[in-house]
Amino acid sequence: MTAQTPKDSPFVRELLGRSDYAIIGEIVEPKTKVLDLGCGEGELLAWLAANKGVDGRGVEISGAKVSRAISRGVSVYQCDIDEGLADYPDQAFDYVILSQTLQETRHPREVLREMVRVGRRGIVAFPNFGHWRVRGSMLFSGRAPRTSLFPYAWYESPNIHFLTVQDFEELAALEGLHVERRYFLAGHRKIVAMPNLLAEVAVFLVTGK
Amino acid sequence: MIVEAHTVRFDSISLDNGATLAPVEVAYESYGELNARKSNAILVLHAFSGDAHAAGISHETGKPGWWDNMIGPGKAFDTNKYFVFCSNVLGGCRGTTGPASIDPATGSPYGMSFPVITLGDMVRLQKMLTDHLGIEKLLSVSGGSMGGMQALEWAVSHPDRVVSAIPIATTTRHSAQQIAFNEVGRQAIMSDPDWNEGNYYNGKPPGRGLAVARMVGHITYMSDDSMREKFGRRLREKENFSFGFDVDFEVESYLRYRGSQFVNRFDANSYLFITKAMDYFDLTNGHRSLTAALEPASARFLVISFSSDWLYPSYQSQEIVRALRSRNCDVAYVELQANYGHDSFLVDVGEQTNLVRGFLASTYEKLT
Repeated sequence: MTAQTPKDSPFVRELLGRSDYAIIGEIVEPKTKVLDLGCGEGELLAWLAANKGVDGRGVEISGAKVSRAISRGVSVYQCDIDEGLADYPDQAFDYVILSQTLQETRHPREVLREMVRVGRRGIVAFPNFGHWRVRGSMLFSGRAPRTSLFPYAWYESPNIHFLTVQDFEELAALEGLHVERRYFLAGHRKIVAMPNLLAEVAVFLVTGK
Repeated sequence: MIVEAHTVRFDSISLDNGATLAPVEVAYESYGELNARKSNAILVLHAFSGDAHAAGISHETGKPGWWDNMIGPGKAFDTNKYFVFCSNVLGGCRGTTGPASIDPATGSPYGMSFPVITLGDMVRLQKMLTDHLGIEKLLSVSGGSMGGMQALEWAVSHPDRVVSAIPIATTTRHSAQQIAFNEVGRQAIMSDPDWNEGNYYNGKPPGRGLAVARMVGHITYMSDDSMREKFGRRLREKENFSFGFDVDFEVESYLRYRGSQFVNRFDANSYLFITKAMDYFDLTNGHRSLTAALEPASARFLVISFSSDWLYPSYQSQEIVRALRSRNCDVAYVELQANYGHDSFLVDVGEQTNLVRGFLASTYEKLT
């Protein structure tokens, strides 16, 4: 596996306090139609609308978060991602974003399929469970790993499907997804070599069959 | 803010049932200023027993409007920014032509000879008013319950006139349960001997039947939680049961009071005609599906439902939203956590205020 990272700056400036948002903000073309799954309070969609003229929609399960998103003018629909995509027509969006959400869905494989059905491109960002610190935490503590990336006790974690960079590559291949671009991040640094061990967060830009 | 009602008279209106009503009058109130481009107008639509007095203090009665907590300077429908207007529905009894109005053909009130109207007819009259005010495009149409149904009707029948719609605690068609409660209300009125086939305008109105109808209505607008909180099993001004059929419980006293108050401000025949119009309302009528019915709608939507509303349950709002999403419309939806049942859109407006304010601001911004 070769990581195709841009040759420019190896450092990523944060967007809204998150480096994966910075990557997503870079990928999304202006004036496009974007669906953000698990959009929280809609901060990314609001930023994309203000700075890239994007026509954005969101899906979020938490009513309180949906309320705050709508209050800031973002069109968000309250529902479960595992069920909520079926209503959308095929290829309704230019991009469908799954930012730190895939690991929280009940049926990640179906969500990925729906993502590339509903969107021309999918952007998937997730925390890498294969990072050396996670491996170390598990190895040395003998307990479910807790790191800055996975800060929750196992019984409180919203994450129900843990995956590594390599796991995603394999599932993408299995699903016949074409990976257009990959970004691997450790803090504010882009990682080129050994992402499965060194990346804290991975961002994939994929298209369907 | 002291407000006054206005009345506009039109020569005639043609109705869905083929009849023509001539002349027709519509009562309305307005708040805030229409801007030079006439791009800041919002039509607010009242629920079943509401009227044109949506906000401010009525010059006539000294009472606040039914949505005064939502409409006004700095409120959700900010009258510093928007021109908000509200009219009494066709068939009503608060200034707009209805069964209590004089039929020019006979010189007496219409009574049951009033044509059976639809929500489509109500919206047609509102459109005539909107034209009369010279408003080309409404920034938003919004209302709860029957008001929400009208907002949906507007979005479908006049898509080129509506920039956004905010249907709240509403449905695209009445369920069997909703029709059933309306029928109980109608039967209560019609079984009152004073109803007299609708001819009571020269005598005693069917106050007992109308009061019972209203009591049933009030129960459906509340929730088990809100009734337990408000009344529980508390007794009314007594320590022990009376062992009789006078008022024992607070809840009995409340319902009787609400029933008797209603008789003073509402016409029993209007009750019949308007509830029938609600029961007939079905956006899918003549279409394959709700999605097909919503085909013409091009507005931006904000749909709101309430967790404790069992009269217009959230699934009905979700049906609207799913159909809109399958057409890839711009729609936001949330179910608010609220304990007040169907009445929540009138009384529990904190969160609703933020939603409407943000939605309207971003809609207005996109327009300018």
